[in-house]
Amino acid sequence: MERDDLVHDHNYSVAANHDEAHGVAIRKTIWKVTAILTIITVVEVLIGAFIKQYTGDQGADNSLWPYVKVGFIVLTVVKAAYIVLVFMHLGDERKNFKMVILVPYVLFIVYLIFICLTESSYWNHILHQEESGVIEQEMSLNAYCNKALEFDKTKTVHL
Amino acid sequence: MAGHSENISRSELWGGDGSPFRISYGKQWMWMFLVSDALTFGGLLTAYGFARHQAADWPIGEETFNAMPFLGNGYPLLYVALMTFILIVSSVTMVLAVEAAHRLDKKGVVKWLLLTVVGGLFFVGSQAWEWYHFIHGTHFGSILTSEGWAVLEYAGSEPVLQFGRGISITGAEAQALIDSSSASMQGANLIENEYAPMVPQYADFFFFITGFHGFHVFSGVVFNLIILINVVRGVYDKRGHYEMVEKVGLYWHFVDLVWVFVFTFFYLV
Repeated sequence: MERDDLVHDHNYSVAANHDEAHGVAIRKTIWKVTAILTIITVVEVLIGAFIKQYTGDQGADNSLWPYVKVGFIVLTVVKAAYIVLVFMHLGDERKNFKMVILVPYVLFIVYLIFICLTESSYWNHILHQEESGVIEQEMSLNAYCNKALEFDKTKTVHL
Repeated sequence: MAGHSENISRSELWGGDGSPFRISYGKQWMWMFLVSDALTFGGLLTAYGFARHQAADWPIGEETFNAMPFLGNGYPLLYVALMTFILIVSSVTMVLAVEAAHRLDKKGVVKWLLLTVVGGLFFVGSQAWEWYHFIHGTHFGSILTSEGWAVLEYAGSEPVLQFGRGISITGAEAQALIDSSSASMQGANLIENEYAPMVPQYADFFFFITGFHGFHVFSGVVFNLIILINVVRGVYDKRGHYEMVEKVGLYWHFVDLVWVFVFTFFYLV
């Protein structure tokens, strides 16, 4: 029996073909995006080369660094958006398809990042930011757990 | 009962009316696969962020990765920036191949797809060098002094101890620390690494994430080659469309996309 689904697929694929005039416009966009991606990468490397995470010769934290870090992440997301929307042509797909691809992914990843950073902040606090200011560099699993319990107890007391 | 359906005339059958997304089945499911793969990479990078955020100290990308082939050290991030640029360019040649495919321009597709394969091979080769260099380590490795771990270097005959974060000790003081050092380490493996002796997971994440990505690049090169052979043989001319080029193109752009994030979180931040 003839398979209708394949015929439909075939039509979509054939419909995606375009003529030379249309091709000129598309190629122009491609070169424009290429320039943008290259410039962003060069800017990132220059920032990385000239702005350090530390200042002076004693390894003090650079107060600018948190902003630079956010800047890097913003530039990365801009690059990713150009790749996905232009190079992968997601911008040209129907709106329902864009939503099906992007919304669940973004929801999951934002949640994952949130939960992991929250949890690791907690561990960072327990392991390294004790009131004494002593940085503990090595600790057995047992000591980890005891510390976690202690931390919870103090928290409860304060509440 | 199923047998009765054969008696219904074709004009009465509902054909399903195509895809609600107005794209082909194959392209839709390539996207679905990429979403699942992106979740895997998202999970790996978030795990990396977790480990890094809870560690007291973490090696700085531009201090660890500052070597160039044939030129030695002192070129922070330059090599990896070059790798990134190669991958972006190969993504561009891929999108040009897809554009040529939509015009049924066989010669154009062959040209751009071939360049994409070459770019991919350059990238995999660069990564092999990067791994080689990472595994073998610096000339003299790291030593454990009473001031903590430090990478040992020599400026002429003068010893230089790099403690990271721009802190260094030279001269007689450095020599005294070297003489009293209690341990040493060179290069990296899954158990220990000289770049971050206190955080052995650092090298594990490096090997796993860049390795997983490198394997994706390698598979992408293989897929591109297979499609290139089909193009040359005229398989898609007969079909009337070159959608397979578009599908492997999606995969290839995805590989570039992942690298953009690896570049940021492993090397820049």
